[in-house]
Amino acid sequence: MSLISNIDRGAIYVWRRNADVFFKTWKTNFLPSILEPLLYLVAMGAGLGSLVMNLQYAGQEIEYIRFLAPGLVAISIMYGGFFECTYGSFVRMHYQKTFDAIVATPVSIEDVIAGEILWGATKSFVNSTIVLLVIIVLGVTFIPQVLFTAPTMLLIPAISFLGGIMFSSIAMIFTGLVPNMDSFNYPFYLLVTPMFLFGGTFFPTTSLGVIEPVAYALPLTHTSVLMRDLSFGTVGWMDLWATLYIVVLTVVTFLLAIVIMKKRLVK
Amino acid sequence: MPAVVSARGLVKKYGDLVAVDHIDLQIEKGEVFGFLGPNGAGKSTTMHIIQGTSPLTAGRLEVLGMDITARAKEVKALIGVAPQENNLDPDFTVLRNLTSYARYFSIPPAQAKKRALELLDMMQLTEKKDTEIEQLSGGMKRRLIMARALINDPQLLILDEPTTGLDPQARHLIWEKIRDLQKRGTTIILATHYMDEAEQLCDRLVIMEKGKFLLEGTPRALIEEQVGSCVMEVIDPPGQGIEDYLATTGGQVERSADRIYLYSRQCQVIQSEFRGRFPDVYSTVRPSTLEDVYLKLTGRRLRD
Ligand SMILES: Nc1ncnc2c1ncn2[C@@H]1O[C@H](COP(=O)(O)OP(=O)(O)OP(=O)(O)O)[C@@H](O)[C@H]1O
Ligand SMILES: [Mg+2]
Repeated sequence: MSLISNIDRGAIYVWRRNADVFFKTWKTNFLPSILEPLLYLVAMGAGLGSLVMNLQYAGQEIEYIRFLAPGLVAISIMYGGFFECTYGSFVRMHYQKTFDAIVATPVSIEDVIAGEILWGATKSFVNSTIVLLVIIVLGVTFIPQVLFTAPTMLLIPAISFLGGIMFSSIAMIFTGLVPNMDSFNYPFYLLVTPMFLFGGTFFPTTSLGVIEPVAYALPLTHTSVLMRDLSFGTVGWMDLWATLYIVVLTVVTFLLAIVIMKKRLVK
Repeated sequence: MPAVVSARGLVKKYGDLVAVDHIDLQIEKGEVFGFLGPNGAGKSTTMHIIQGTSPLTAGRLEVLGMDITARAKEVKALIGVAPQENNLDPDFTVLRNLTSYARYFSIPPAQAKKRALELLDMMQLTEKKDTEIEQLSGGMKRRLIMARALINDPQLLILDEPTTGLDPQARHLIWEKIRDLQKRGTTIILATHYMDEAEQLCDRLVIMEKGKFLLEGTPRALIEEQVGSCVMEVIDPPGQGIEDYLATTGGQVERSADRIYLYSRQCQVIQSEFRGRFPDVYSTVRPSTLEDVYLKLTGRRLRD
């Protein structure tokens, strides 16, 4: 397939470009990623969580904050890639003409799109790792309920990167389609925010009753299932399905993103 | 030796608009080849096709002996491009713009830095090396784009209006560089709206309009063939029938709003006769230039 064969080290160069820009201002980049999970854990976990009784997950009663923490990791995976490959990529493509400059070199259009998606996935990885570290620090210090010790936790960064590719690819599809930057409101309100709220993040999908299957159509639901089970060390069949879902959707959306973006970029 | 650019029946359509309309083109190694023509003629489009960033709709194109569609990556490694629109990377400083661009060509970092500093020196931008792009003046950006186009030491250099917006010193700097590169065997494709620039730099050029080549040749030959060696300009006082008179002299007559141009090979003779007949009318004789060819061909009035 020529879409894929046109991708080589050029994608890495595009990734390196974005990484260079990121690390130029890394201090301002890291601070929000540290503050956000802190705020959520305190406000929702400790505050709201004190009102939650008898929360059942995987047949066991758990405290709300313990349920919430892995959900925050999943959310950071989604937002990391989605923001980067919508607003970030659109600015580089449309306003900065960065892509135009790059494709005049031996770097192909496919390299550019793949490099952008890899970079989005890196943002997912970086953000979720920060969230995880915040959780670990809190677990060791003030909030023992979020101290996760299962060895399966070590898989979280790898799954974050994979999920990052998926969310970045979905975002890139929108970047290939929207007429202008304001139009990103649509995918954010119609897809990202519903996932944020209903994707097994703040409450178990079982609470959704008859519409629970709908939640399982959403990529974030599978991501939060994985994050939670890897954190708790309660890995089962569900996680195999979730992984499969993510792998398949990643491949499909990645290819689709390349086709759609190419259509937009080739003049 | 094969041609550096060899195109047959090149066509580029944007929807219904035919931006490049069946052109044939042959550019030899070491040539400076010019594209002239009014806004929207298709100059930039043709250059985009040659540099492999815009696929052709029909036709065949080989650049540096390689098929552009099949081997775009290999071709791009050997060419340098200075686009008409500024697309410098605003997230980097001047120096980083060059070194990060070098990376796209797989140039090792140490070599990239050395080359970047040389090019900044050459374009007289050394002082600005740590400046952010948005703090550069328009002309400095053009110079940096030129430097960037040379980062991979290209065999073919594609310059789309490289001197637009430059002050006279900077223009001459670019001209010198172009001559210098030509001496070292670099092939250069140049689009410009400045006729003096084209006349001075180009070995051969085309005048393009609506996607087609109207004329092709060396500047000298085009001037000779199209307008003769000299021009007599007359400021036309209305109602004296001067245009009719001049038409009888054997030269070609053109006019703008208030001037009549007579293209000929014997302007001196015609002028002295003219002065005898119309002693009060201002007239002047000068050698003809590429600008005369261009205006004769594309019309003296502003285009739609
Ligand atoms: N991306 C595009 N989509 C649609 N039409 C385009 C596109 N790029 C150029 N055109 C059209 O193609 C024609 C040729 O444009 P081109 O940019 O090649 O002209 P040019 O000769 O470089 O003009 P100028 O002197 O103004 O730079 C114009 O009619 C232009 O409107
Ligand atoms: Mg142009």
